[in-house]
Amino acid sequence: MDIKGFDDLFAKARMRLLQLHYDSQTGHLGGNLSCLQTLMVVHHLTMKPEDRFILSKGHAAGALYITLWSLGKISDQELRTYGAEGTSFPVHPSGNGIPGLLFATGSLGHGPSLAAGLALSAKQRTQPHHVYCVCSDGEWQEGSCWEALIFAVHQKLNNLTIIIDQNGLQGFGSTQEVISCSDLTPRLIAFGANVQQGSGHNSASILNALSQKSTDRPNIIVLNTVKGKGTHFEGKIESHYLPINKEQYDFAQVSHTHEQVK
Amino acid sequence: MRRELAKEILANWNLPDVFFLTGDLGFMALEEVKSTLGTRFVNTGVAEQNMVGIAAGLAREGHKVFAYSIAPFCYARPFEQIRNDICMANLPICLIGNGGGYAYGAMGPTHHALEDCAAMSALGMRVLVPAFNEDLGPMLSSFTAPTYLRLGYDARPPKTAAPAYAPWRQLLTGSRGVLTALGPLGGVAWGALQDLPEESRPSVWVASELCTQLIPADFYDQLSENHPLYVIEEHVAAGGLAMHLAYAISQNKLPCGPLRHHYALGYPSGRYGSQSFHRAECGLDANGIRQMILAEL
Repeated sequence: MDIKGFDDLFAKARMRLLQLHYDSQTGHLGGNLSCLQTLMVVHHLTMKPEDRFILSKGHAAGALYITLWSLGKISDQELRTYGAEGTSFPVHPSGNGIPGLLFATGSLGHGPSLAAGLALSAKQRTQPHHVYCVCSDGEWQEGSCWEALIFAVHQKLNNLTIIIDQNGLQGFGSTQEVISCSDLTPRLIAFGANVQQGSGHNSASILNALSQKSTDRPNIIVLNTVKGKGTHFEGKIESHYLPINKEQYDFAQVSHTHEQVK
Repeated sequence: MRRELAKEILANWNLPDVFFLTGDLGFMALEEVKSTLGTRFVNTGVAEQNMVGIAAGLAREGHKVFAYSIAPFCYARPFEQIRNDICMANLPICLIGNGGGYAYGAMGPTHHALEDCAAMSALGMRVLVPAFNEDLGPMLSSFTAPTYLRLGYDARPPKTAAPAYAPWRQLLTGSRGVLTALGPLGGVAWGALQDLPEESRPSVWVASELCTQLIPADFYDQLSENHPLYVIEEHVAAGGLAMHLAYAISQNKLPCGPLRHHYALGYPSGRYGSQSFHRAECGLDANGIRQMILAEL
């Protein structure tokens, strides 16, 4: 699939994500929109069938479900149960019975260690597969992320790529306001990772960053993104929590359609 | 028991798909495990949350994993990783907490593990508390699910042989009620009561798994309304052996006399010392156990 073909597919997935959140009246749309393109690029254009994936920012489960739906691994009927009573697709993934999901995530800071464990296993068995893990930027306030990074650098886990969705907003403020860290890049470099940067809203940029893999260090890709991109609460903290009403849903659909046309 | 653990790992677990992780502990005990397992022995550093996450990642790929630290650092610091990453995925990982209860003595309260069995049991983990060195082999032979192994010191009386392993075992016969001890305290009770005549002592049992479904019928048959049920455990009362046992007795609608319960009281004097010091403060030493029995005569 070429980039153009992929971007058409991504546009369709983005519309379906909006519908998912509107129909289910669930929050976390902002952090789902900021990483959807990344998840789509990783799954459609990068991962081999044997590769592993962990969504450490479990609150973006909707974006992952949509990605799996776009791959034909989840049906539309299943998707319609998202967040509903008796669903197998809760707002944070259970890790149980969903193709490609290995763990229950949603409490931040778990994914990097889990991914490092998967990568260590592959190294031990000299298996060629690669492990991808998507985190949020606020998540790196959890000490366990740095524990995992120290370990991964020491073990030379070059078969591990951690992607950070750096949208700059967290639960109750911006990352700059809360913890004086609007860009994680220098800290990650200081810890010894192979760090690449890019735009999380540009498929070519994401692909380029994913292609710059180290031969002896874990890879971290910091993707700058906009939380709630293309919605009425784009770049606002409200996009972390609030569901959208009909008017806001219509606005987002028009906004994304215009962006696609451009 | 950590040296016996090392022997057990070397004897039966040096297998291609087995990893042994440590949170930077095991000096003068795990050196041979380290050299023998090679790249499958991984010191994950002073980072217990990461150790448990790494263990979960490995186990998700089909490895069996041991993850070792001293007991309090093993279960308390990475509690959420144990819950979310191990238990929710039902992975074959054995967390090994060395020095349960007051075993680290004068190292101070941060190094004691008094509520570990309750916490791990509440997550649905299999909780193993060996009483004797020989227990480790049979205990771990069926290790297939999330497991917590609390290591202590074998405290059997001199010149005695440990009975063959069973999750619940009788150590002494007696006709004045039943005493049940958690793990190593079984050996302490055995030594404290073995010279009393049978008619003056309770039968003495040791529980090495905190699972009441494993209690044999023989144990229940010895309960009586006329004599106390004694429970001793180097663990807090909440969620410990006595509470598990009381629940089982109630569920099975069995007759039972009054409960006499000695357990970890924390630090009643506000002072710290050896494991023996703390056990004595809680009536968990040989003298305290003996006095508890003699008081009923």
